[in-house]
Amino acid sequence: MITNDYTIFAAQGLHARPATALIKLCKNFKSTIWLKKGEKIIKLNSMLNLLTLAIKGGDKVSVIIEGEDEDEAATAIDAFFTEQLKEL
Amino acid sequence: MEKMTGTGVSPGIAIGKALVIQRTDAVLTGILLHEPSEKDAAVTQFEKALSAAISELESIKSDLALNADDHDLLNTHIEILSDPELTDSIIEKIRSEHRTAGDAVLEVINTFASIFENMSDDYMRARAADIKDIGRRIHLNLSGDKKNKGQIFKPGTILIADDLSPSETITFDLKLIAGFITRKGSRTSHTAIIAKSKGLPAIVGCTEAVTTIKDGDTIILDGSNGVVFVNPGEDLTNEYLVKLKAWKQHADSLRSLKDIEASTKDGVRIRLSANISKAEEWEETFDNGGEGVGLLRTELLFMDRESFPSEDEQFEFYRQVALQSKGKPVIIRTIDIGGDKQIPYFGLPAEPNPFLGYRAIRICLDQKELFSTQLKAILRASVFGDLKIMFPMISNIGELREAKSILKETKTTLRNNGIAFNADIKTGIMIEIPSAAITADLLAKETDFFSIGTNDLCQYTLAVDRMNEKITHLYEPFNPAVLRLIKFVIEQGQKNNLYVGMCGEMAADPLATLLLAGMGLRDFSMSPSAIPVIKNIILHSTLKMATEICHNVMNMNNAEEIRAYLKTVVENK
Repeated sequence: MITNDYTIFAAQGLHARPATALIKLCKNFKSTIWLKKGEKIIKLNSMLNLLTLAIKGGDKVSVIIEGEDEDEAATAIDAFFTEQLKEL
Repeated sequence: MEKMTGTGVSPGIAIGKALVIQRTDAVLTGILLHEPSEKDAAVTQFEKALSAAISELESIKSDLALNADDHDLLNTHIEILSDPELTDSIIEKIRSEHRTAGDAVLEVINTFASIFENMSDDYMRARAADIKDIGRRIHLNLSGDKKNKGQIFKPGTILIADDLSPSETITFDLKLIAGFITRKGSRTSHTAIIAKSKGLPAIVGCTEAVTTIKDGDTIILDGSNGVVFVNPGEDLTNEYLVKLKAWKQHADSLRSLKDIEASTKDGVRIRLSANISKAEEWEETFDNGGEGVGLLRTELLFMDRESFPSEDEQFEFYRQVALQSKGKPVIIRTIDIGGDKQIPYFGLPAEPNPFLGYRAIRICLDQKELFSTQLKAILRASVFGDLKIMFPMISNIGELREAKSILKETKTTLRNNGIAFNADIKTGIMIEIPSAAITADLLAKETDFFSIGTNDLCQYTLAVDRMNEKITHLYEPFNPAVLRLIKFVIEQGQKNNLYVGMCGEMAADPLATLLLAGMGLRDFSMSPSAIPVIKNIILHSTLKMATEICHNVMNMNNAEEIRAYLKTVVENK
């Protein structure tokens, strides 16, 4: 199991477009992937659940990954939060 | 004629014929399914409708004429339709709660929509429309209804609707639409976003529109003021035709200049930034082609309240500004109260000469707690964008040193507490007091940048209170004394490789643009709406011209002559 923490550096937070990109990204992996904000935790296979977290710029979130390809998934998700999110 | 009002969410004027979009929403039937075979059939029916809905969106997506935003929106809708949370809940409703496919879809969609409607964030609240839109699409596919696809619009149509759904507006031919009026909606609703991105005027929250306006009515829509006229008379129509023409010219010129860099014809790059007071003004800054914020006023944070804002409150303000900066630089001026800007709870006693009194940096150096709280908040926000700090009203090098030493102490405190900040944050000073301008060569050695504040520099140099109506004629930024000071400051900045900007009113004065460029000024900061005009002047001139203008002006001995000369220069171009 891998856990990584991120601060959201995108002004709009995880609004519809980046949320769509994140869900699509997670679908590429067999691992189960969760996202935690404060007390709330959701599976990253649901757009609706992700949107209801209303993640804003500056929020802190954790990503938890478990499964056979967790290393690959962690690398890709890390790139999403640290690099790609700024472009979205 | 009838007049109604709403919230103008996209500026501009449209005159056209109304088309009222009526939509009948699906309602619950209340029918219950008891036989397992009925339920199986309902699930299959739902799954078919779902995949039909997805293929519909995929086929709209394949239309090459779509722009990137529309494309993203469709992707989001497809992703929601594929969300197991949604589909599983609908199937569960059919199997365990005996609902028909249609009722199950409606109930689940309404549950999700109400979650979004109750969220505190405006943006997320507006997403309820996306959810309902998706529900409607599945429902239409269930009932096999012939969708009112491809509405035929006449050119210049003004659409009147209860609300417009995201996927609906994508299929509209927006070239034929002149504006939108809806009964529901907010500034962040889909109608507002689409209208703004297409430059079409729009009014939301116009409650009488749908019931009062009939197809074919003549409509004047004033999106800038949130006013609608139904079947206006000839005089009013003519009045608005004139306004419409002016608006179009204005919008065209803004659009044509927005993405062009401000450079002279001989290739000298000039940066045009904005003076703003809150994060929301970034939008206007970018719309007008601003390349950063040359002056972020912080007084607004302290005004209209009962007590000082906490460090966290201030941090949130600077952080929002940083987050929306798209990586562009922001110069934050530390609090500039006193003088004409008073804060009641601060309890500053009235002074006989407030402009020469206890104000700005003088207060900050005296009340260090107030100052370091602000600095702490700015430093904490500095990891979110390219922030710089600027001290106002510096009159001698001692004040600069003292302010920098408080900044240094503040950084140490943060570091000791393990709080992240940009350790290399640039710090500069306002040059707005003659003593600072005259010693620009000395100050330049100990600061990262200058920003010339022409309003105060002018009133202090000329000993003219700008609020005193009897002597307004003496308030004259083109007075040779003021110009000499400005030129000296720019030259000293260049000599010491300093960034020199100007954030006073002179930076937005078309008469002064070339003169200042000729003096060597490369950074102008002004109210966002002034940017296109100044940019236009720069694009049509050369540095050679500017240098010559500067040379000529500096040889003149009075403001009247200088103004007259600069006027002929601007008019002959």
